Amino acid sequence: MTIRNDGNRIGKKEALTLFREADLLGLGLWADIIRKDLHPDEICTFVVDRNINYTNVCLNKCTFCAFWRDEGDSDAYLLDTDTIFRKIEETIELGGTQILIQGGLHPALDIFYYTDLLSSIKERFDINVHGFSPPEICYLADTSDLTIGETLGILKSAGLDSIPGGGAEILSDRVREVLSPKKIKSSRWIEVMETAHRLGMKTTATMMFGSIETPEDIITHLDVIRQLQDRTGGFTAFIPWSFQPGNTELGQKSESRSQKSEVKKLKTISYAATAVEYLRVLALARIYLDNIKNIQASWVTQGLKMAQVALRFGANDFGSTMIEENVVASTGLSSAVTMNDIVSAIRSAGFIPTQRDTYYNLLRFF
Amino acid sequence: MLPELRKRVLAGKRISEEDALRLFETDDIFTLGALATHVARKKNGRKAYFIRNRHINPTNICVNRCKFCAFSRSLGQEGAFELTIDEIIQKLKNGQGLRAKGQGKNGTHQSSHFTHPFFSEVHIVGGLHPEWPFEHYLNMISVIKKHFPKLHIKAFTAVEIDYFSKISGRSLNDTLTILKKSGLGSMPGGGAEIFSEGIRNRLCPEKISGDRWLEVMESAHRVGIRTNATMLYGHIEDLADRVDHLSRLRSLQDRTKGFQAFIPLAYHPRNTEIQGGYTSGIDDLKTAAVSRIFLDNFAHIKAYWIMLGEKISQLALMFGADDIDGTIIEEKITHSAGALTGEHLTAEQLVHLIQKTGRTAVERDSFYKTVRTYR
Repeated sequence: MTIRNDGNRIGKKEALTLFREADLLGLGLWADIIRKDLHPDEICTFVVDRNINYTNVCLNKCTFCAFWRDEGDSDAYLLDTDTIFRKIEETIELGGTQILIQGGLHPALDIFYYTDLLSSIKERFDINVHGFSPPEICYLADTSDLTIGETLGILKSAGLDSIPGGGAEILSDRVREVLSPKKIKSSRWIEVMETAHRLGMKTTATMMFGSIETPEDIITHLDVIRQLQDRTGGFTAFIPWSFQPGNTELGQKSESRSQKSEVKKLKTISYAATAVEYLRVLALARIYLDNIKNIQASWVTQGLKMAQVALRFGANDFGSTMIEENVVASTGLSSAVTMNDIVSAIRSAGFIPTQRDTYYNLLRFF
Repeated sequence: MLPELRKRVLAGKRISEEDALRLFETDDIFTLGALATHVARKKNGRKAYFIRNRHINPTNICVNRCKFCAFSRSLGQEGAFELTIDEIIQKLKNGQGLRAKGQGKNGTHQSSHFTHPFFSEVHIVGGLHPEWPFEHYLNMISVIKKHFPKLHIKAFTAVEIDYFSKISGRSLNDTLTILKKSGLGSMPGGGAEIFSEGIRNRLCPEKISGDRWLEVMESAHRVGIRTNATMLYGHIEDLADRVDHLSRLRSLQDRTKGFQAFIPLAYHPRNTEIQGGYTSGIDDLKTAAVSRIFLDNFAHIKAYWIMLGEKISQLALMFGADDIDGTIIEEKITHSAGALTGEHLTAEQLVHLIQKTGRTAVERDSFYKTVRTYR
């Protein structure tokens, strides 16, 4: 393996060889050199935000998800606006600059629900609304008989600022067909992001690995993201995380879920990706995505100690402080992590903890 | 990174305390990991070990009050507990019973090797109980041995051995010899903490000194009891204290060759008197690597997953460690201080963690003999 940092990007084939064969420490060193080049100040950023999941009712019923419920389930919910306002108030009191609003595909909600919600938030609060991943945007477009461009335009004028990169999972339709047959296909995820970028909205990009994908799928995913970024420059960050098997159909801990979701012949995955697999994906992403400035460490799925190590394997950002998080928590992964914990974790890893906004402007050094 | 030092490590030469300090201070974790891996390979090839073991803590009642400890209680204090010998036997039977059942059915042994949590070693450490006489401990060991003749008993830290010698009025040599005769198979490496006097006086003033800890270990090695060695790091010590600690261990090992594994233990801050923060994952990996490189006379470096977490333990296998401990089953000491791990991993989970690093997973016995290689 020859470490290069000369501006010549690596191709898909080379990436695949690296992913399969490269020594992890060598890959880490390479990613670390690139990270230092892009972020020479040894700053590690994070955003203070809260995940508000307005509903857990979802028609998609993805096999890797522990969060979704049927509308009639006893623990199905839809938050009322007062609850949402209260959550935003608390976020602002805690120094938050962003809320992430995301939820399931709820059959009873139409575009007016979303525009009312957005404009009522914007009337009351000065906060960045980072909301609605591509599956939600597409669902809204389809149920309202609008194009994606029209839907995004409407949401944007109602107050939507930026879009999270969720729902990308693995951008390979072969994998999506097995894991989440009802979810939007790759081309639509890309279409939403491209359209959003054209409308001037910034978004992130994610990847959920460690399920049934192959190394080729991972490289394809990275390549799709890189190509789109070449066209638009609209991605602020890339966030890889690993499938968490707890309480999911794919993880085989919930038979009732598989009866409901009607996915056939699923070979279950009992292990979450281990540390070496996570770092390999992370480092490769840093090397491959030469046009995306920020790579987030996923402390929610990996824990703080691994997130610290991730800062030397390509990551430069700790993502959100997650005043509230529900989706990963539903897999049984608990995290009582405070902003102080995050600040000290960053510091003891040898970096300067720095609060940023959604657009990676630096707000406060710790 | 440090080309001259690097050359020396690759040539298999012993490094000095100054060298170790420079390794701790380097920012180049990648070269450090590669050097540690080089040393580990020379000692253990591609093997990484685990053991099917079970922890038992007979009591948390302790006359010492170490400031980093969240486990200990005083006699009569809320949360204090003491297990009777019968209760200990019962706990051991629970695991062994499952093994017997698995083996009883024809043909099921092969396929059931993962699912039945039998264990080959019991690890026993506890507080310094103010009322239990030495005979109680001897009795504990011999009754366990009587019930489970094949079970390896790894028990009592140097701190407990010193205490037994005091309460029984016997010499260290006699204390250890009698324990060995009763069935003690080997000793864990706990209680070492940090040897440096200044730090030790602030951390655990009542506990035996570093010199005494080493004296107990030397006696154990002399009577033919193999032991481990540990270092508790990440509290109030500095890097020089760590190097001093490693150096004292290396000197003793030069004399006795009685240490099997060195186990760096990451400090946990919850419910302790000194509080502070958790160690960083990067520090954990560096500490494993420097230990591996510096302790050239130790065969094994153990990344104890209970304290490091499964993820960092797995990574430590790429930073010089060759052992991730075992199934444990029940863990109280680290969990009193805010362990972020569970108390139990199955053999299957341990094998999976090891294999994902590209190493060969080897189930070992208490003396690192291969029980089974997983391919």
